[in-house]
Amino acid sequence: MSETILEIQDVETYYGKIHALRGISFSVQAGEIVTLLGANGAGKSTTLRTISGLNRAARGSITFMGQDITRMPPHDIVAMGLIHVPEGRRVFKGMTIKENLELGSFTLNDDTERRRRMDHVFEMFPVLYERRQRDAALLSGGEQQMLAMGRALMADTKVLLLDEPSMGLAPTMVQSIMKIIKRLNAEGVTILLVEQNAKAALKFANYGYVLETGSIVVKGEAEQLRKDESIVKAYLGE
Amino acid sequence: MSSLDIFFQQLANGLILGSFYALVALGYTMVYGIIKLLNFAHGDLYMCGAFVGFLFLSLVSGLLGESWTGILCSMVLSMLTIGLLGVLIQRVAYRPMLSAPRLSILITALAVSMVLSNGVMALTDGDYEAFNTDLGFEGLEMGNVFITYTQIVLVVSAALLMLTLFFFINRTMYGKAMRAIAIDQDACRLMGINVNRVIALTFFIGSALAGAAGVMAGVYYGSIHFFMGFVIGLKAFTAAVIGGIGSIRGAMLGGLALGLLEAFGTQIPFVGSEWKDVFSFGILILLLVFKPTGLLGKTEIERM
Repeated sequence: MSETILEIQDVETYYGKIHALRGISFSVQAGEIVTLLGANGAGKSTTLRTISGLNRAARGSITFMGQDITRMPPHDIVAMGLIHVPEGRRVFKGMTIKENLELGSFTLNDDTERRRRMDHVFEMFPVLYERRQRDAALLSGGEQQMLAMGRALMADTKVLLLDEPSMGLAPTMVQSIMKIIKRLNAEGVTILLVEQNAKAALKFANYGYVLETGSIVVKGEAEQLRKDESIVKAYLGE
Repeated sequence: MSSLDIFFQQLANGLILGSFYALVALGYTMVYGIIKLLNFAHGDLYMCGAFVGFLFLSLVSGLLGESWTGILCSMVLSMLTIGLLGVLIQRVAYRPMLSAPRLSILITALAVSMVLSNGVMALTDGDYEAFNTDLGFEGLEMGNVFITYTQIVLVVSAALLMLTLFFFINRTMYGKAMRAIAIDQDACRLMGINVNRVIALTFFIGSALAGAAGVMAGVYYGSIHFFMGFVIGLKAFTAAVIGGIGSIRGAMLGGLALGLLEAFGTQIPFVGSEWKDVFSFGILILLLVFKPTGLLGKTEIERM
């Protein structure tokens, strides 16, 4: 059996007075791709932001690799290898692509290793290599998503939290992003994927959870969720 | 003096004045870039730097003399002290206000400014202190243009400090983190950057540069006073706005530009040197009306 690498238990989060997460629990096994689905405002992004420490959990606990990270500041969580690619990519516009990638390895103190990881990222995203000296603001949406993912891989990534990587991208670009997610998973990175595009996500995830107004309403093997027409209809659009 | 001589003499004067402005403007612009605060206490850090440098010089003068060795040594000590003072102010006064409305932290900055200037006034009885050094009045004479060695060393020291800063900002990981925080703080947290630590580092560097400028001004003008930070604070703000507030290169450029404008402004017929402040602040007003983003600033429409 694989081991649990990330465990979320009864987590509640508030945005001001809004009760955004109302006690959610789920776990991610090492090596898996797990997807969080649900409509806009269901709490998917908040879940990721709570895990990575950007938002505080009011109650409940989050355990990563056997360690309680519920109250840890985000930079310490990153140093442990839990990396979050936020919604909207959030690349550093006004800095070059190379500088963006370097910042991804901020917690690393070894220039040789930094160069090795950058080569790896450039091999995965050749377009970033071609434009490495250019301002990140000049990249297209898909290229910015690649940069955001490449930047995350500059860290010693064990679990990657991806928030809507396909948002606003052309279909061919969505496919190549999905292909890269699969490749990363094959290289040993555990993935927690938030997606609007439920069909695409369930196609290659192992497990899926459906969120509705801050609670998990459905969970199951991705295969089963995809085949269950009532679930697809009720929660996932179509 | 021929008009060419006057040109070179004013060029030299303007460069010295401009280096002081640039050093102080850098701290202004760095702090604004990272937490969007106009740190009105920044000019007072410059004043404190002059007094701390003065204190250190009198302490080390027995050992190192009151010439360049002693001066540079007390300048470094003053930079460290003022850097730490800046970090302390940030920790005690500004950090608790970061999530409060923008106006609150601005008022806090005014309060810090008053605490510093009135504190030094109380300690010095409001007197001028003579900043005595053993530096002579020798210098380079080229035709009718005369530049003292003191002036040359001061300009070169300022240039070296700025070059070091430029290298730090562009080549080191912490320097890049500083620029990144000015762009997107949350994204920086997700890179594993300890944002509070980088903000503290920014305050340290900005304040240390102001401290250095304070010591240099003491050496250059020969006397220091608790109120000396007020006008230069406003001038540095002007310089930062000229260059585009938030831009490091802009602050250097804006400082030098303002120094040169003031120096040459005194040469306009019927406009004597007593008008130089009017000249500077007139430029500030014109810029704020017609080009508020400055020479190198980014377009960003935001109300204070």
